[in-house]
Amino acid sequence: MTLHEKLLELIANTASHLPADATAALEEAASREEAGSAAEMILRTLLANAALAAASRTPMCQDTGTLTFFVPHALRGAVTPEAIAAAVREATAKGLLRRNTIDSATGRSYDDNTAPGAPVIHYTDSSTRTIRLLMKGGGSENMSTQFSLPDATIAAGRDLEGVRRAILHAVHRAQGYGCAPGILGVCIGGDRATGYECAKLQLLRDLADRNPDAALAALEERTLAEANTLGIGPMGLGGRTSLLGVKIAARPRVPASFFVTCAYLCWAARRGSIEI
Amino acid sequence: MTATKAIHLAYPFTEEAVRALHAGEQVLVSGKVFTGRDRFHKHFADGGALPFDFRDAALFHCGPVVVQEGAKWRVVAAGPTTSVRENPYEPAFIAASGVRLIIGKGGMDKATLDACARHGAVYLQAVGGAAALTAQTVRRVVDVKFLEEWGAAEACWQFEMHEFPCVVAMDAHGGDLFAAVRERSAKTLANLLSFN
Repeated sequence: MTLHEKLLELIANTASHLPADATAALEEAASREEAGSAAEMILRTLLANAALAAASRTPMCQDTGTLTFFVPHALRGAVTPEAIAAAVREATAKGLLRRNTIDSATGRSYDDNTAPGAPVIHYTDSSTRTIRLLMKGGGSENMSTQFSLPDATIAAGRDLEGVRRAILHAVHRAQGYGCAPGILGVCIGGDRATGYECAKLQLLRDLADRNPDAALAALEERTLAEANTLGIGPMGLGGRTSLLGVKIAARPRVPASFFVTCAYLCWAARRGSIEI
Repeated sequence: MTATKAIHLAYPFTEEAVRALHAGEQVLVSGKVFTGRDRFHKHFADGGALPFDFRDAALFHCGPVVVQEGAKWRVVAAGPTTSVRENPYEPAFIAASGVRLIIGKGGMDKATLDACARHGAVYLQAVGGAAALTAQTVRRVVDVKFLEEWGAAEACWQFEMHEFPCVVAMDAHGGDLFAAVRERSAKTLANLLSFN
């Protein structure tokens, strides 16, 4: 397989295949809901939709999202922005991606989904030969939020209890609008830009992994359990599962700033990877 | 939420059938469904003529992905788009058109809820993101208007749908599932954050 074919395969797979951990989490959520309830029906519909998309290799959601590629630095010579853009253009022509890229100043559509700044490419210091792709839809992106602590409106101070309060408020504000049950990636600290970057990176983690930092692991478990008592449920219509996971990381900050950044990912957690 | 079996709704969606629905019930929609989103609502608000007879039919907030195969159209992906953007226009549209079902995602405002009660209409929540599956419930593309002017996503499509799964989110009796969930979750949140 050529590099071009591999990149095309990565895009096609990511758009049409729900990762195994997200599928398992949705199945578990469906089994927790009351039999015959609307919440159960919605979760079963999501699972049937994912199975159909995978079998027919079509996008599971019509919003194929912001394409964000994570490429190890060692591969930079081969996996250039031009190589990635060429694969995106072909995937768009083949109907694997919606025409989804708009010039923000003019309103014009970039019909091939490529433009300065699109797709988004991060060259990472990973030592692997794995390229990763996150396809995150606009509905969920609109529900992401950033707090600056202390925040008197939510009585959140500059400690992990303040972080907990920020997380629960973020879930409550999102209700079902980001296509719940979603996944929350959280960054404590950083600046406004690296906070969002780090929060989004947490969305690439396996739902079943365990945070190596004991305090953050405990906070992940606690906020997930508490969020699921809110009763928001699938698509915000009520139910026992409002979130599938909370993944938290911390970054250094300057003394003056204490950001808590929450990146909301919809149930269609389209993250894929391929070895080069 | 109580366990329910899905209720079959078939065109024409009568006022009687629609007023019998209650928030939380699951429905399967079959028959005449028109798509209309941002451009369509602006066209209506600007005084434009309605392209179809919406009486006793359904309006679906949706920008489908379609492919042309010879003279026919096939729907590849057709999930709901967020409905709140149409809040300013929907009460007047319900009153003028005689539409019975508004289908979308995320719910609408109190003015739309009131219009549903007054004119005998309901708001149905489709399953967000389930675009591949929803496309399969489109049995036939019957007609399309404004395709040239607005493009495929904004155009007004007439679909013949079969057992399109939705949940009654806002009924004709003032019942609003979203408002109930918002209120209940706010109380739970306040409890969670008051003692720890």
